[in-house]
Amino acid sequence: MGIKLTLTRQPTVPLEAEVLAPNALADCSTDQIAARTVYHGKRQLPLADFFEIEGERSDELEIHGDLKKVRWVGRAMSRGRLTIHGNVGMHLGAYMTGGQIEVLGNAGDWIGAEMKGGQIHVQGNAGGQVGAAYRGSLAGMKGGLIHVTGSAGLEVGMRMRRGIIVIGGAAKDFTGLQMKGGTIVLMEGAEIRTGAWMNRGTIISLKAVQVMPTFALATKNFVPPFLPLLAKALAPQGITIPTDCGFDFYSGDLSVPGRGELLIRQAD
Amino acid sequence: MLRITGGKVYDPANNIDGQVKDLHVDAAGCFCEAVSEGRTIDATGMIVMPGGVDVHTHVAGGAINFARAMTPEDHRRTQAFIRTKTRRSGLGGMAPTTFATGYLYAGMGWTTVNEAAVPVLSARHTHEELADIPIVDKSTLTLMANNEIMLDQMEAGEYERAKDVVAWYLWAAKSYGVKAVNPGGVAAWKWGGDARQLNAPIEGYSKLTPGTIVTQLARICDELGLPHPMHLHCNNLGAPGNISTTLDTLRHLEGSRAHIAHSQYHAYGGDGWETICSAAAELAEYFNTHPTITTDAGAVLFGDTVTITADGPWQHLLHKLTGRKWGNLDIENETGCGIVPYTYRPSNLVNAVQWACGLELLLLIQNPWQVFLSTDHPNGGCFWRYPEIIKLLMSRDFRDECLKKLPSKIKNRITLPEIDREYTLLDVATSMSAGPARALGLANKGNLAAGCDADLVIYEQEDDPAEMFSHPRYVIKGGEVIIEDGEIRETPEGREYIVRPHYDPGTDDFMRPLFEDCYTMAFDNYPVEMERVRGAIIRDCQTGEAS
Repeated sequence: MGIKLTLTRQPTVPLEAEVLAPNALADCSTDQIAARTVYHGKRQLPLADFFEIEGERSDELEIHGDLKKVRWVGRAMSRGRLTIHGNVGMHLGAYMTGGQIEVLGNAGDWIGAEMKGGQIHVQGNAGGQVGAAYRGSLAGMKGGLIHVTGSAGLEVGMRMRRGIIVIGGAAKDFTGLQMKGGTIVLMEGAEIRTGAWMNRGTIISLKAVQVMPTFALATKNFVPPFLPLLAKALAPQGITIPTDCGFDFYSGDLSVPGRGELLIRQAD
Repeated sequence: MLRITGGKVYDPANNIDGQVKDLHVDAAGCFCEAVSEGRTIDATGMIVMPGGVDVHTHVAGGAINFARAMTPEDHRRTQAFIRTKTRRSGLGGMAPTTFATGYLYAGMGWTTVNEAAVPVLSARHTHEELADIPIVDKSTLTLMANNEIMLDQMEAGEYERAKDVVAWYLWAAKSYGVKAVNPGGVAAWKWGGDARQLNAPIEGYSKLTPGTIVTQLARICDELGLPHPMHLHCNNLGAPGNISTTLDTLRHLEGSRAHIAHSQYHAYGGDGWETICSAAAELAEYFNTHPTITTDAGAVLFGDTVTITADGPWQHLLHKLTGRKWGNLDIENETGCGIVPYTYRPSNLVNAVQWACGLELLLLIQNPWQVFLSTDHPNGGCFWRYPEIIKLLMSRDFRDECLKKLPSKIKNRITLPEIDREYTLLDVATSMSAGPARALGLANKGNLAAGCDADLVIYEQEDDPAEMFSHPRYVIKGGEVIIEDGEIRETPEGREYIVRPHYDPGTDDFMRPLFEDCYTMAFDNYPVEMERVRGAIIRDCQTGEAS
């Protein structure tokens, strides 16, 4: 049996709880888990002040409750499985290097920021800066997969260098801002300035998106040769990418100047 | 009162090289001949040295603060100081916060630091920040070599007037001495230029050359009787082949005292980035034959850092070279400032040459009283990495091991592999403490003789010098035990050294109209008030007194 935590008290200010990660709790007894420190604002409190704890010594971690004010869940996790039955706050899975996170609800901003490996799946919507670089950093996510079934906010994949982000719903402005590599798949398109300042990397949109004037049309009706490979890799996650349709292939952002790829599925 | 007994004492100022000697500290925090009561620290088998003195570092003021603001990415990954009963919170890293700076310096046994670049316009801010750097004693140097009011006097041939202006500025800034950065070059930068030749007129002036500024400013420092000579960051920093500029500068300084800052950055041969090589041997030779000039190494360590300097044009070039973010501050008509985060990589040929060059200077300049330990913090590396440099200097085997990681193209560009010298503990004590204290004219520092400040550090002898120097067993500052068993016990406020040079009382009236013409700040608000300087120790300078 895994470890099950249930939120018993809604924090009044954001609760910073980076101990809520499988590798941080895997070797702990129930009592040890209860005593782990969380930061309620500037106050250091034991985890048991906010959560009811069941189970021990497992890298399967299940958290129940509305965690929208709980931050840094799964921070830097390297293994195991974390399931959140409810919403979750900012910085979910930031810096993670391995393992899996499943959110059965919505997530806040900065999920998977600067992650290097592992998987995050959000069944609801996510906030902005998915897989992004924190302010000042040179690079965002460097590996792994983030899949948001719903929509996402601003600056998805900002400065990402490697890895894959799939957004099932619509994304907001500045998707792929300053992107340096990796792949973003937009099932429902995005709002404006997609790929601004992008240097390298690939943005695939299955819906029409507004193309910035600093992107040049390279070719129409292009069938990217890597697409079947990507589709095959994402199929186990339940993500379906059509491999038989043509794309408008834009190159940019020329103002950088960059050599990023913006692929927009042609309207049928 | 305190007694330290049984330790092996390394006190270069008094020619004590590892002899076992008891030290006594009186109630005023100074060494004395004997005390009858108080605590006794048994230092048997341990190593006792005077507390470290950093002759050239950047720890307070507008530039380092800007660097802090520009590097949030470093704050997230770095050592955090959580508040305790004796300690304030803060962050370490590339540009540590004020309180953390004091803890980190004291934590490795450094007890005096010299903030080497302060524009008068941000002097007030700098003193405020220095007041928040606990434990260590401090001093500041004022940036003068691109100050337009002073340059105008030199251009007009008004040498005496220029001298009064310098003295006026020093007292206005409540500083300890004169720093010259890229003389004329930063003034030219405001016209989009730079000054790389010592004998060519500076952009915006008809006959004034960097050479004139260097010669006259060094003379002014001597004639004002400043305890520390002109502290010079030469023209043409960081450029391949700049050794000729540096040697030319040194020739312009003959007859005066001078301290050459971070000479590693000024000792390159070759004529481009592809052909860059170390010219440290050539520069060291000059120092070996001119024993009155001192320098600090400005050594480079591999890793991430943030470069900050008043040398605006160089920083713009560095930003263009690396593509990293760039900050530029305009300090009205006093100086400039540029900030660029940087990563020194062993695989990068230029960085590898720089790394070797700093160590070569420290090893090839024979007299440790002439060359001091520094990284030009944070430019070549952070000050809390000094123990790594000490290890490189003390162990040839460790150097050889590090040399293996450098690119093969480094061959024939550096002389480090042929250098056998290893620092002794006495050399280390000279280079980290006694030497810089003497160069700064701080007679009570870096010295364990009776009457001097009881600043000392006690190390447990260990095989690995880096370990030993990073974790002193005790650090004592002004007779108080600051660090004991790896913990901070006390965090007293440090003092600040300032000078009061003599100038013509008419200088105020001379400056006022020029000021009202050029500055955005009101003349009466400009000089830093004495009460802004916490724990000030004023030294009156007598004209022509400098030794």
